[in-house]
Amino acid sequence: MPFLESAKDLAPIVAVIAFFQLVVLQQSLPDLGNLLTGLLMVVVGLALFARGLEMGLFPVGENMAYDFARKGSVLWLMLFSFALGFGTTIAEPALIAVAKEAATVAAAGGIISETEEARAQYATGLRITVAVSVGIAIVIGVIRILKGWPIHYLIMAGYLAVVVVTGFAPVDIIGIAYDSGGVTTSTITVPLVTALGVGLASSIKGRNPMVDGFGLIAFASLTPMIFVMLYGIWVH
Amino acid sequence: MVALQEFFLNLLATLRDVLPIAAIIFGFQFLVIRRPIPNFRKVLIGFALVIVGLALFLQGLQQALFPLGKLMADQLTAPSFIYGTAQQLVEQVHWADYYWVYLFAAAIGFSTTIAEPSLLAVAIKARDVSGGVITIWGLRIAVALGVAIGIALGTFRIVTGTPLHYYIITGYIVVIIQTFYAPRMIIPLAYDSGGVTTSTVTVPLVAALGLGLAATVPDRSPLIDGFGLIAFASLFPIMTVMGYAQLGQWLRYRQQCKLKQKVEAHVNT
Repeated sequence: MPFLESAKDLAPIVAVIAFFQLVVLQQSLPDLGNLLTGLLMVVVGLALFARGLEMGLFPVGENMAYDFARKGSVLWLMLFSFALGFGTTIAEPALIAVAKEAATVAAAGGIISETEEARAQYATGLRITVAVSVGIAIVIGVIRILKGWPIHYLIMAGYLAVVVVTGFAPVDIIGIAYDSGGVTTSTITVPLVTALGVGLASSIKGRNPMVDGFGLIAFASLTPMIFVMLYGIWVH
Repeated sequence: MVALQEFFLNLLATLRDVLPIAAIIFGFQFLVIRRPIPNFRKVLIGFALVIVGLALFLQGLQQALFPLGKLMADQLTAPSFIYGTAQQLVEQVHWADYYWVYLFAAAIGFSTTIAEPSLLAVAIKARDVSGGVITIWGLRIAVALGVAIGIALGTFRIVTGTPLHYYIITGYIVVIIQTFYAPRMIIPLAYDSGGVTTSTVTVPLVAALGLGLAATVPDRSPLIDGFGLIAFASLFPIMTVMGYAQLGQWLRYRQQCKLKQKVEAHVNT
């Protein structure tokens, strides 16, 4: 049954591509055999992933949350949160790609010199900046769960920071900065961080997992925008 | 043989993604918490399934969907398709000429989001935590609609060349207003859904669309105008997920009103 479920997840993409290819562009589907085996792999992969989530990633994230709550050591929990945010982001392939592109933009805009070395340095600096910002985001999010603060004040403060920093940031970096918020949270980070949040909220008395448990990802996609623009201002 | 080799590369790439995470988790588990992980064998099998599943998933996408999707994005944004002639010289772009691009953007945004594994993960958790009030498909469709609207609007922005931050700041204002009226329970989940929408499936296709569009529309630079679609795709789901909860609330409210009227009518007769 899980395979059927995954096939249903994939049906919209197949329909969209078929419609645009056959009706709008009026071309035939190239290499049908390759296409079908590829789709089969996607379906099987998605089903295995979903099964693995419930067997491995979710229980581990929740268990750690319970254990930290029982141990009562806030400092270790903070350290773990930062390490999780930083460690999962620094190696993120999407971030590596974005950092490289940002370096190209900066070089074209004359902000850094047009050498391989300067670009690599810029890209590495950007990656570390974003990874630190995600680490800080998870720490802030965990503190929020511990204290039970309502999320929207923090998010609004974050929005305000984005707007203010945008006013000072070099124009070239704004698009990349705004995009970086979306690309930092990978397919493995999201389930783990969600399980951690929900686990923490359900093991602390007086917290509701629905109201307090979610929200970590929201912080992790907001802080990179601010930090990337700050990085742009600083390099400029 | 080539496919096998590619699969192996994908497996290695996924392993490299998981490795730092596994190191942090097991490091803290053994050194700080110092308690064995319950069902350790099952957890390990789960991790293995996640890694193999993601590698297969990526391999399939690279083999089947990405080349075709990118090709289509290129073809749909090419001036020869939009104006029906091979003439590259178009003095003035009219935004309405790009209707197929907007439609494609919305359709591809919607359908890739439905297949996004990290959204599935959050939807499973949300269903479990809410005791089934939030359904997996309800959340996924709400988020996918948001991405569809966001990406369509994002392509419109590239065609017209208007500044990105005006749209984003307006979006923030709408989100803040909605926050005050939406059910409290949905707010954190809605904020989260902005970040989970764009990963493995959506980013490569959407990036190709943005860069292709910025390269073919006159006076747009791919380096500056090509970005921003992901930002749209992470902002609009926040609105649609809150809207989904507001709609549910309103429907329940109306049902209760009707019920009350019925009861009153019954009492009166």
